[in-house]
Amino acid sequence: MTDLLATRDLEMHFPMERRSFLGPRDRLHAVDGINLRISAGEAVGLVGESGCGKSTLSRLICRLADPTAGEILLNGRSITDKSAAEFGRSPLRRQIQMVFQDPTESLAPHLTVFELIADPVRRLLGVTDKTLLAKTVRDSATAVNLPEALLTRYPHQLSGGQKARVGIARAVAVNPRLMVLDEPTSALDVSVQATVLQLLDKLRRERGIALLFVSHDLTVVRLLCQRIAVMYLGQIVEEGSTAQVYDGPRHPYTRALLSAVPTLQPRAVKRQRLEGEPQTPINPSPSRCRFGGRCPIEAGLCIEKAPDLRDLGGGHLARCHFA
Amino acid sequence: MTRATLDTLRYNLRENRLNLVAFLLFALILLCAIFGPWLAPYDPLQSNADVALQPPSAQHWFGTDQLGRDLFSRVLTATRLDLTLAFSAVILSCTIGSIIGAIVGYRGGIVDGVTSRLVDVLMAFPLFVLAMAMVAALGNSIINVIYATAVINLPFYIRLTRTEVRVRRDLAYVEAAKVAGASDFRILTKFLLPNVASPIVIQASVNLGWAVLNAAGLSFLGLGVKPPTPEWGIMVAEGAKFITSGEWWIAFFPSLALMLTVFTFNLLGDALRDILDPRMRT
Amino acid sequence: MTQPLLSVKNLTVEFKTRTGTVHALENVSFDIGAGQIIGIIGESGSGKSVCAYTIMGILDRAARVTSGEILFEGRDVLAMRRAERNQWRGAEASIIFQSPRTALNPIRSVGDQICDVIARHLPVPAAEVRKRAIDALRQVRIPDPERRMKAYPYELSGGLCQRVGIASALACSPRLLIADEPTTGLDVTTQAVVMDLMRDLARARGLAVALITHDLALASEYCDHLAIMHAGHVVETGPTTQVIAAPRHPYTQRLLRSVPSSVTCLADLEAIDGSLPDLRRNDLSPCRFAERCTRRLSTCDAPALHLENSGPGRFVACRNPL
Repeated sequence: MTDLLATRDLEMHFPMERRSFLGPRDRLHAVDGINLRISAGEAVGLVGESGCGKSTLSRLICRLADPTAGEILLNGRSITDKSAAEFGRSPLRRQIQMVFQDPTESLAPHLTVFELIADPVRRLLGVTDKTLLAKTVRDSATAVNLPEALLTRYPHQLSGGQKARVGIARAVAVNPRLMVLDEPTSALDVSVQATVLQLLDKLRRERGIALLFVSHDLTVVRLLCQRIAVMYLGQIVEEGSTAQVYDGPRHPYTRALLSAVPTLQPRAVKRQRLEGEPQTPINPSPSRCRFGGRCPIEAGLCIEKAPDLRDLGGGHLARCHFA
Repeated sequence: MTRATLDTLRYNLRENRLNLVAFLLFALILLCAIFGPWLAPYDPLQSNADVALQPPSAQHWFGTDQLGRDLFSRVLTATRLDLTLAFSAVILSCTIGSIIGAIVGYRGGIVDGVTSRLVDVLMAFPLFVLAMAMVAALGNSIINVIYATAVINLPFYIRLTRTEVRVRRDLAYVEAAKVAGASDFRILTKFLLPNVASPIVIQASVNLGWAVLNAAGLSFLGLGVKPPTPEWGIMVAEGAKFITSGEWWIAFFPSLALMLTVFTFNLLGDALRDILDPRMRT
Repeated sequence: MTQPLLSVKNLTVEFKTRTGTVHALENVSFDIGAGQIIGIIGESGSGKSVCAYTIMGILDRAARVTSGEILFEGRDVLAMRRAERNQWRGAEASIIFQSPRTALNPIRSVGDQICDVIARHLPVPAAEVRKRAIDALRQVRIPDPERRMKAYPYELSGGLCQRVGIASALACSPRLLIADEPTTGLDVTTQAVVMDLMRDLARARGLAVALITHDLALASEYCDHLAIMHAGHVVETGPTTQVIAAPRHPYTQRLLRSVPSSVTCLADLEAIDGSLPDLRRNDLSPCRFAERCTRRLSTCDAPALHLENSGPGRFVACRNPL
């Protein structure tokens, strides 16, 4: 299956303040050497904790920022040869859409729901005819089970779940091929979360929209996604199908993460707590495994040579000498 | 949105008496400005040597000046001129300053750096002296007073808008607009400026008070407005000569009008902030 | 039956706002025994934080406690005078908040803030205060505590800040600790470390902990007892294992089924339709979940719905329990 989206050695390094007048700048390695592939109509979960780079990666893939190195291919063609601003003006913009984390912050407070959904339709689909525009907006609202009466309301008059659905309606209205969702349910009550998750799954199956679901919550990702990639300090440390990663994790960080996640049903995962402080993402050592210092199975080899992402068979990848 | 603002307005005026006072005073001053010339009992330019230097009485509420002109009529009529000067200057500097500030705040980088340094330079001058210098250089007329007042108020709006835009430009709804293909211009006009309007309006209302004072101050020094035009600044200047000889009312009443106007605009600014600032809503 | 450490009885709290009176809590009752960890579970709008703040006496000025008692070892905390309450708060009962970094004063060092708390409640000399502060940091497993005393909150990670929060809350050895969403905003690995620490400290000191959270899975791992809240009411209480294995209140059951880790496939996940009733209404029905309940009966609108005993240590407020 050809990939819908593929990244090649994608990198995002942020230059920091110079320490001395003419000295070299420190560089913060937010995203380092990422090779991620998303197939059409597939839901991929991107999991990690704060500072792992998943938000930066999601913004790169959505072309809101330009990477410092590497490229992103959409249907085999590079979309990083032009700048993010140019991409915003090209017809490819509508192929990749984003749903943001905080539904309150991501909806402009002075616009009605109708206008919020209509804006991208007008701009990206070039729809100027008023009746057609209204129909498109209404169809989009129906697709996310948003009552038509809410179209004239303002964001502050909606509940959290309704706001989240407006964010999805807006993204889906232009019929993208890929939706990047940055923690779309973390600001919602758990009783509302289910509606949004099931809605996303329905949209994926019915319209063939691929999803990149960025989250820190493994229990949610496990239900929605077919493949999971685990990130740590800018790198992917484990990748595979949901069953492979969730039921048979091979990287020590994934194991620790899974054992830390509270669940209602008791699990067979061995209880592990990570001690020690994480390494800094600023100028990380190229020869040491980045999980060193917290890893329960760290050995001498881990300090001399940083492990590559190895194929353990069946599409299950792990970045560890001992996986 | 306006419905919500009206509700908040009504609630606020009920709860906070001072805000109500602010609005009432503002309405009063506005009425004086609009209807002043018709309400004035005497012609403000009509001199009558027989009744010169009369203290306040039943026929002349504020007394008369050295040329026998009714002071009450003059103070009342002057409202229109002083407010016009203030409003024109503020509207001019607000519009231009906000646009510059918005562009600079959104772009950042070198444009921001250079503009901010220029604003710093401007603010390093004692602004009133700068206004004086401008009027002296450009010529002694009312329009130049407006220009000068506008220029010295420019930095405040540039800085304010720049900060407000900077705070909001990284918010999620701006990113959402980018994902929806909006150009920078669209983002500024459709998404950012409407949200930034409130703090600007609040600054503008306080600024009005300062602008009135500024125009009056320039006139006091003989720059801008020329006699016999009734204007509070000139009237204070003329009346100053008579304070030591006991005719206190000639300077007193125009000063009172000035003070009341500035006070009203400051109160209005506070009231508007209470009403428009979403964070202060209960 | 020993007297519980904290006993909340029929607590009713209202907030006066410009759009009406919000009936935030109504007849809330639950007990916390010494050395127990109880989870107060609720979604947004359930009133769980209002509960916590009422116990600690740090409610907003617009709030009014219209009825009820809060008995701490038999003494009514609500009836205490201000000075007595201030002393009680910190020395006998303590609270930690969510967003650890914002709960600390950013312009004072961490050590100074803990010393403040100790000095205010314990009449000991300054050197002793400092020694106890260092000790408190050591107890929460902060490495190199003497050096960390001088650190400012911005220098510490979220997890460390929360540990400092716990240290200052426990500095005067209170008997009750209220933790209001203490791990929101923390990474899950950090959350696990902080929660383990709280549990260990609680067991070691016989400290009672009230964990306020919306995360049912988290509560199920760390709490002995649960009190489920909905729209200002306590709808069910009981030992954790029993409440989760066999919930009695329909809301509890629906809540359990909406937690992702309780199902194996997405289709089995359930949402709760509808939304919370507007708590400003004056005509709220006695059961505030009735509008959304699938087990609703005509008797559910009858007044006087209380928590009733439905087994050893279990209480439910429902006319048609499971």
